[in-house]
Amino acid sequence: MKILYCNCTYAKVVPTEVKQAVLRQLSDSGRAFDAVADLCDMSARRDPGLKKIADGGCTKIAACYPRAVKWLFHAAGAPLPDEGVTVLNMREDTAVDIVRELVK
Amino acid sequence: MSRTKGKNLRVLLYEGPGSTPLENDARYQALSSLLNNGFEVTRPVEGQQVAPPDDSPLLILGLLENSPDVAANVEVHVRNLADVSALDAACEVRDETGARALEAWKPWFPVIDFDRCTNCMQCLTFCLFDVYGVDNQQNITVQNQDNCKTDCPACSRVCPEVAILFPKYAKSPINGDVVREQDVQREAMKVDITTLLGGDLYGSLRTRQREARARFSTERDESKALLERKRCLGKLKKVLNIPDEVLMTLPSTEDIEERAARAKAKLAKRQAGSQTVKDSRPVPSDKEWGI
Repeated sequence: MKILYCNCTYAKVVPTEVKQAVLRQLSDSGRAFDAVADLCDMSARRDPGLKKIADGGCTKIAACYPRAVKWLFHAAGAPLPDEGVTVLNMREDTAVDIVRELVK
Repeated sequence: MSRTKGKNLRVLLYEGPGSTPLENDARYQALSSLLNNGFEVTRPVEGQQVAPPDDSPLLILGLLENSPDVAANVEVHVRNLADVSALDAACEVRDETGARALEAWKPWFPVIDFDRCTNCMQCLTFCLFDVYGVDNQQNITVQNQDNCKTDCPACSRVCPEVAILFPKYAKSPINGDVVREQDVQREAMKVDITTLLGGDLYGSLRTRQREARARFSTERDESKALLERKRCLGKLKKVLNIPDEVLMTLPSTEDIEERAARAKAKLAKRQAGSQTVKDSRPVPSDKEWGI
């Protein structure tokens, strides 16, 4: 199971305290993970890294709304598989809930 | 250079054999500063999975005792955190490799939810900035992301199926939140631009222009014209959440009519089952579109 964290660097739509807390706990957790500056930015550039993530099997993604994440990957030509992907929403959920899901 | 081109530098925060593990605070500070400056960061842990390398340049950072052996078909750079900060090292390697720097832009472009889209082409007809196009399969596509006007969600407001997302938008469901039945039914989500201005948009604009010319030729009151334009633009701004900057760059009536003709031609080609429809005309500059 891979973990992907999106920092939403290019906008302030994810509450700063939530994304900082998630990153901090992920950093301290001893788990391997990939962190990207901004999934929207990568999608706009059709970054080949998205394809590597989408093709790589089960993944937990800490970012924003699942519908947005799904279609951002699709827009980049890297559709996520229908199964095995969990998107955790840092715009709505608490850091505690997200980290619990990420590292379990 | 286009804001949507170029590769990011990927940084590998290495703490495996041949290195000293980072303190928790140091690791977090490195991660945070790198991400906030546009870098991608991977923290590998032995026996656990991360994304494989793509063709982006790679920087390995760590408190390294020896240079780690790397078997990768990509450009690899190594820096020791004992000698340099994570951010300084990444910026240096970014400059060396020509990787993309953090840009002062908000990634703002429409993302289509194809579970909802019915391919009605209303967005293609509506957008005045040539953001939308038609692909080889005659489906709607986002073809010119860079043309999209930051913070303008107007096309998503005219989409009858709430199928257009702007993930950086504040409000639901345009931000990607779940679409509820009431969202679809809500007046704001069913704005039909053709009725907004009292019938056919382009016909309405032509009529408005004719009436304005006739009226102003007798009244000669330019202040009234300005007030009328402000009133109409205010209405558009309120109903469709169009930012002021976008309203200031709206094209002239003639340009709109020309674009309508081009959109109709694209639709006609699609309906005729033609192959790729490519729009080769250059987009007018802001100066050409000045009002």
